[in-house]
Order: sequence, then structure tokens, then C-alpha cells
Amino acid sequence: MAEIVPLAGAVAAAIRDGDAVAMEGFTHLIPFAAGHEVIRQGRRDLTLIRMTPDVIYDQLIGAGCASKLIFSWGGNPGVGSLHRFRDAVENGWPGPLRLEEHSHAGMANRYAAGAAGVPFAVLRGYRGTGLEGLPGLDGRPSVLPVTCPFTGETLTAVAALTPDVAVIHAQRADRAGNVQLWGITGVQKEAVLSARRAVVTVEEIVPELPAQPGAIVLPGWAIDYVAEVPGGAHPSYTAGYSERDNNFYVAWDAISRERDSFRRWLETDVFALAGTARAGAARAGMSEVDPGS
Amino acid sequence: MSAAGTAVTGGSAFTADEMMTACAARALRDGMTCFVGIGLPSVAANLARATHAPRLVLIYESGAIGAKPGRLPLSVGDGVLAETADAVVSVPEVFNYWLQPGRIDVGFLGAAQLDRFGNINTTVVGPSYAEPKVRLPGAGGAPEIAASCREVIVVLRQSTRSFVDRVDFVTSVGYGDGPGYRERLGLTGAGPRKVITDLGILEPDPQTCELTLTGVFPGVQAGDVAARTGWDLAVSGSLDLLPPPSEAELSALRALKATIPAQERAA
Repeated sequence: MAEIVPLAGAVAAAIRDGDAVAMEGFTHLIPFAAGHEVIRQGRRDLTLIRMTPDVIYDQLIGAGCASKLIFSWGGNPGVGSLHRFRDAVENGWPGPLRLEEHSHAGMANRYAAGAAGVPFAVLRGYRGTGLEGLPGLDGRPSVLPVTCPFTGETLTAVAALTPDVAVIHAQRADRAGNVQLWGITGVQKEAVLSARRAVVTVEEIVPELPAQPGAIVLPGWAIDYVAEVPGGAHPSYTAGYSERDNNFYVAWDAISRERDSFRRWLETDVFALAGTARAGAARAGMSEVDPGS
Repeated sequence: MSAAGTAVTGGSAFTADEMMTACAARALRDGMTCFVGIGLPSVAANLARATHAPRLVLIYESGAIGAKPGRLPLSVGDGVLAETADAVVSVPEVFNYWLQPGRIDVGFLGAAQLDRFGNINTTVVGPSYAEPKVRLPGAGGAPEIAASCREVIVVLRQSTRSFVDRVDFVTSVGYGDGPGYRERLGLTGAGPRKVITDLGILEPDPQTCELTLTGVFPGVQAGDVAARTGWDLAVSGSLDLLPPPSEAELSALRALKATIPAQERAA
């Protein structure tokens, strides 16, 4: 059963040095506040897992939290490069970053296999690409051809992902820790169910979850910790609560381009702001709309 | 005309990027289903929807199916895509149930490097994957879009840096090493049918699969295109002169661009 705790407590209890951590959210509902708390608590040697590392992992990588990354698209959407990610891969700063690289379809299927409790997933994909031959983090391939036992056709097998911890952001939870999310829901359900532990930050905790068309509900007993963090997805967004702060994504290009400007941002926007992400959201001019609108 | 320059035809000036976008939009027919990446593909698909293809179905890898954004999104997951979509599905679903079985007519891809067989690199530049000169974003949805959409359109500016004799990494397969390659791998889609650049259009030769210049934009000569191609470019015997953007295309395109807030335009 989910415990409802402050964010710092959830991160301290769930995420340890050396863990494989999946912070998911496909453009929408990215758990930035939780990521910043991981930076503040100084976690090291994490294996970060995410389809799109996005700005959140650029920040964690630049802050020195990660030694490995499993991903499928490492850019700043619509803007350009993730400079901290590139600095780590190209120059080993602040430390070397080992990669396990996939396609989106492959990553989505790897989570689904993990959630289903099977060791691999099957898809049509990867064939003829350079991704087929790349070693995974353990040195062995995580993509291999597989023969269909019914038709004899050659398909592609991808190894299941089973993170130590999944971290997501959602619209709301009730007091029993049942979590409700809607809009673009990405692979969050699969990520949570593939992981040994799950942490969810929510915009608000309500006495009872109102009916919401198209929403996913994750039962509280499938989650370990729920923390109320309004604005916890900023500069990503929460449908019904906030809009994507595209200006921040554009501004991140300049902030992250140089190590010094990035370090200054870490000091002022992460380390100086213990507790919730509220102050950070306000600082960056997060736009908000009324819940339900 | 240069990539950054402008041309004047029929009294209206337009940029090479506008010509390229209009040309990409024209490749989409009304009622098609289209898997859309962010950037120029998204602009072109929305231009098509605003002009000749109002029933074009836009599918974004975030799971937004049938999105009808009134303003151009910065990312594939902007709220406006989900709010205007016919359906919003999970990411595993969009790839497994919609893309993989071949339900989507056309996929729009960009590239950092492209070779004569339309193979695409968006992963690393340099001879070594382990120690890249430039680390690019990587695959995203592209490998399976390239494999499973019924056809693929590639859009990128033409230069010897991007049109290379050999891609440093095959992120997404075009025609591999030539005829029969896709069939041997069991790739179900037809592969890249058009490569649209800021100079013209390249299409695969029906026999050899080699990308061949088949059309040029106003003011462009075949030699200009060859000079910005990193292999010995084949040129079709009947080279089309592609019409410039119409007034309707230009005004619709500029109206779309005007929906992007000024801060985002800086990107």
C-alpha cells in the first residue's frame, strides 16, 4: 500500500546509489521535481532509464548522478541538442556515461515485457539497423533475432526492462494512494509495473478520485510512495493543471551549453530550493490553468 | 538560390525553406494517415491540412492520433496535440497496434546523414560509435517508421555534410545496399519514396533503388544539387521544374508560423 510522504522522504526511501531508475513521462507529466530531489540528495552511479532523456536527464547527468543511460532519443524536443548529455558522451564530463541505446518501439516493448513479467518482447523492428549489433550495459546484446515458433518468420526480441525504481508524475491521488493520470500517458503504466519500487508525485491529493474519461488508475497497492508536489512536472506539464513551459525548453539550450552556466543553474534552481519544486516553477514563470479546464 | 536565400517568382518572394515545406506538404494526399515528427515534417503536415488535405490524419508518436493543432507544437507531446486528437493512446500502443501492422500511409523523417540508398543516420557522426565526434539524439521512432509505414518521405537541407557516400551509422534503413534488401529483411513498407531538400526532389530509381534527382526548384540547376551531394548524383533524363509555392500556400504557411510564440521561434 502506498505511503503518502513528503518528496524528500520518498526519494530517500526509494532510490539508492547504483539503482536503475526509470523516470518516465513522454513530454507530458515528466517528474522534474523528483529528479531535482535526486540531485539534491546527491545520488551517484545511477543507471538512468528513459525513452527520451529530455531536459530532466540532461540535468541529472550534468549533476553527476548517473554512470549509465538506457534510452532511445536524447534531444531537446524542437530545440536541439542536450548539451550535458553530449558533454558526458563526447568528453566524459562530469564522468563517463555508458549507453544502452534503442528505438522508441523497442523501449516501449521492453517496459511492457517487464510489466508482464516475461524476459523479452517481440516486435518487427531494428532489422538492418546499427542498433541491432550494439552491446547492452552488461556487454551482451539486448536486441536479438528470434524465430516465430508458429510461422518460422524472423522477428526481433528485446530484453525486458526491470528497473529498481520507477518515478512518475500524475494529476492526482486519493488518500489510499490510488493514482489517476490522463492526457498523454506514454509508458508510465508499463514503467511502474516493470519496476521493483514506484514513486509517484501528484499535483494534489483528494479525498476521492472523480471520474475522468480516458484516465489510467494505478491502484495504491501497486505503488510504494506518493508525494504531493504541485507543479512537480515543470517545465513539462500536467494536463488540466499547467501548460508546457516551452520557453524554458528553449532557454535550457543556453543554460546547459556551458559547464559554468549549468553549474550556476544547479546552485540557484536546484540546491537553493530544498523541498518542493514550487519555488522553481514560480521562478521560471510557470503558467497555470484551473484544474479540470 | 542559396539555402538561406530567397527567390522571387510571380511577384512573391519566398525562402528555400518555404519552398521545401510547401513541396513536402504537396506530397501528402487528402485522407492519408501520416506519422509526423517534430520540426519541418510537422510544419509541412499541418500546411497540407490547412490547404489541400483537410482530412489528413496526423499521428504523433506521443500517442495523439488524428491531432488537429491550431498552432504549431514545439514537441510531439504538446498539450494541443492531445486536446485536439481523435484518440490518445499509450506509446506501446501507437507503435505496436498502429505503426507496426502497416496501418499508416506515410512517415515523415529527417536525417543528419543520408546515403544514396536513403539509409538514415541520426545517431553519431564519426568513424566510431564508442567515441563519436558528434553525439546526435539517436533513433526515437524512426527505425520502425522507416520499416513499417507504407512509404517514407525524408526532408532535409542538401549539403555534402548531410548527403554522404556512406552514413557513419545506420539508424533507419532505406534500401540498404540496393534492390531486394528490404524484402530480405522482411521490412513491410516500401521505404523512402521521396527525399525533399531545399533544392529539389530525389526519388529512388525503380531498378537500382539509388536516389536520383527528379525535380528542381525554380532557379536551381542539376549541377547545383550535384555540388551539394557527397556522391556522384544520378540525374533523371526528364527533370521536373517544381512550381514555386502558391500565394495560398505561402499565406497558410506564414499564418502557421505566426502561431509559434516569439521565444520559441528563437530555437
